Amino acid sequence: MKKAKKILVAMSGGVDSSVAAAVLIEEGFDVTGVTMKLWGGSSDTGCCSVSDVIDARRVADQLGIPHHVFNFGDEFDAHVVEPYVEAHALGETPNPCIECNRHVKFDKLFRRANALGFDMIATGHHAQITEEKGNFRIMRSVDQSKDQSYVLHMLTQEQLQKLQFPIGTMTKKQVREKANALSMQTAGKADSQDVCFISRTKGGRQIFLQERLEMTSGKVIDTTGVKIAEVEAVEMVTIGQRKGLGVSGERNPQYAIDVDVQQATVTVGSKNDLFCQETPIINLHWVGNPDSDILDVQTSAHGKTSRARVDGHVIWEEPRMKVAPGQSVVFYKDNEVVGSATATKTTR
Amino acid sequence: MLPILEENYGNPSGSHSMARKALRAIDDARDILAETLGCRAQEIIYTSGGTEADNLAIFGTHNALGGTIICSATEHHAVLEPTETIGGQIAKVNPDGSLDLNHLTDLLNEQTTLVSIGLVNGETGIIQDLETISDLIKELAPNALLHTDAVQGFPWLDIPTATKPADLISIAAHKFGGPKGIGLLVAKEKTKLAPMQLGGGQEQGIRSGTQDVAGIVGMAAAAQQTAHTRQETIKRITPLRNELADGLTRIEGSYETGVSRNPNGETDRSKKIAGSCHVCFDQVESEALLFLLEQENILASAASSCSSGAQDPSHVLAAMGYNRELAGGSLRLSLGYKTSNDDVKTALDIIPRSIMKLRETGS
Repeated sequence: MKKAKKILVAMSGGVDSSVAAAVLIEEGFDVTGVTMKLWGGSSDTGCCSVSDVIDARRVADQLGIPHHVFNFGDEFDAHVVEPYVEAHALGETPNPCIECNRHVKFDKLFRRANALGFDMIATGHHAQITEEKGNFRIMRSVDQSKDQSYVLHMLTQEQLQKLQFPIGTMTKKQVREKANALSMQTAGKADSQDVCFISRTKGGRQIFLQERLEMTSGKVIDTTGVKIAEVEAVEMVTIGQRKGLGVSGERNPQYAIDVDVQQATVTVGSKNDLFCQETPIINLHWVGNPDSDILDVQTSAHGKTSRARVDGHVIWEEPRMKVAPGQSVVFYKDNEVVGSATATKTTR
Repeated sequence: MLPILEENYGNPSGSHSMARKALRAIDDARDILAETLGCRAQEIIYTSGGTEADNLAIFGTHNALGGTIICSATEHHAVLEPTETIGGQIAKVNPDGSLDLNHLTDLLNEQTTLVSIGLVNGETGIIQDLETISDLIKELAPNALLHTDAVQGFPWLDIPTATKPADLISIAAHKFGGPKGIGLLVAKEKTKLAPMQLGGGQEQGIRSGTQDVAGIVGMAAAAQQTAHTRQETIKRITPLRNELADGLTRIEGSYETGVSRNPNGETDRSKKIAGSCHVCFDQVESEALLFLLEQENILASAASSCSSGAQDPSHVLAAMGYNRELAGGSLRLSLGYKTSNDDVKTALDIIPRSIMKLRETGS
């Protein structure tokens, strides 16, 4: 008899990874569950709180698989929390979930799993991996409304060969139905929030950043350079923001169209000024074969795609809202993630 | 314990015959425990374990006497956190884990009401010299009492001698084969404690709440047995521990805590209890090592686990000046009265192999 492949499944204590573990058992894998302890700060309410570890452990007990807890707090701090704060200091809009996937789940956990003798790892992401002649592709989930392929764009062919997304072929409804059928206590658990290390109850992002960053007060100027208001913290302003800029714009709504922390300046303009033709990018990475340079481009986790030509820049077919610097720009060919980049400052 | 649970299940605070039997059981247990601890029976306050005893010593003294409370940087969290909560002071330790007496000298004064120094460190097995510490306290802080968390020390040290200078002593039964969830605080005559929980006035009004009769009886039996066999166990386990530690320190990049070299070039482990083998390995992460060891049925630990079950970085090693990376590769092996020669041989076969494997894969 062929020996079952040893797989380590990352269990957050949520319903998706609970069902992922169950599916892998049904598929004949030798499954071990692991919960990563990533954050222990006072604002810890998210994916790494103790109650979630208990949920994951109870599900693992129910499924009859071993469960371990790994403390990756140092890695999380160095590669997710600190860069998140640094990006805000530069007036950028970071995506910490993507950095957690890049450095913690698909790097540190991969290396740990390898050292401990596992053949593969699995997560409860809503996405699919397909293979043809040794070539792997990241595909959207069958449940488009829950698709998480956007936050998986950094994966490489080497990682994809050792990775499973067991619930990518299921809708969220089916996942919950399966959890219910298995009497899992996580069946009815709410979906997790985006940024796990920022508490919603203790003042949220603003307080979290204020404790770690000296905020820069600055001026709000219009597109002609005339100062029209002041803001207490330039770092907290995001492109597209309308409220909290001290600008009365009932008849003529004014939006933040540029944030410059070094110059301590926020530029506001009309909705039209928010639109752009091009988005400059850095960190271009291809995981698949794009075939064409006209692609569907997604710039936020659950945003709609826009058609664009990718040629050093992203050149949009139709003018569209500016992309906040720091955001991931993900390129799709139909339902396949073919590549990604990071938006930098829009110049035009 | 079974007769208490099955037959004499009376409440010791009650007045009928079954209640009186339960009360008799905890009083008899108090006598036995007093003998093993070198204190008077009425000085014993039963608690739910070491943590509660530590909290009662710190908060109880603080609430009764005020003043300043000092503890060492390597104390158990059950001492450190209460001390920090009431704004107490933290005394440094030396690289070998012993208390930094110079720093303690700086901290002690007439305002000091309590100094809390653990007899044996739970992670490293390092023994503190309470006699010297007590002399310093008497000289510089005449009003201060000495508390010691002796939870780790009970199986390995003659407690009446080792804790003689202490006024308050914390004990937990599960460290010497007794049940979990039961312990006690010895509060000697001159101590003054404010109660932490109020109610029926049990335990001389210091710790209200119906006593865990079965737990107390189990604790006394285990204490008596441990005290009886202690010398014999130490004699048998010491060479086994030395063999284990010698074997592990032959691995390149290994550092044993709390030891020194004697003039013959041999490792001097006299400052550590016999049941403790504590070594740090560079380029190894404890969490990964513990996982591999568990696959081979070696159940070890590293630092302390947080409530999630994750390994937390060791505050003890940080206080001793170990860098975070080396401290992250610590391995804590406990030997007990059941440990055999074969166990040590197995450990010395598996642990070096596992360390090499982890270093090769670079995790």
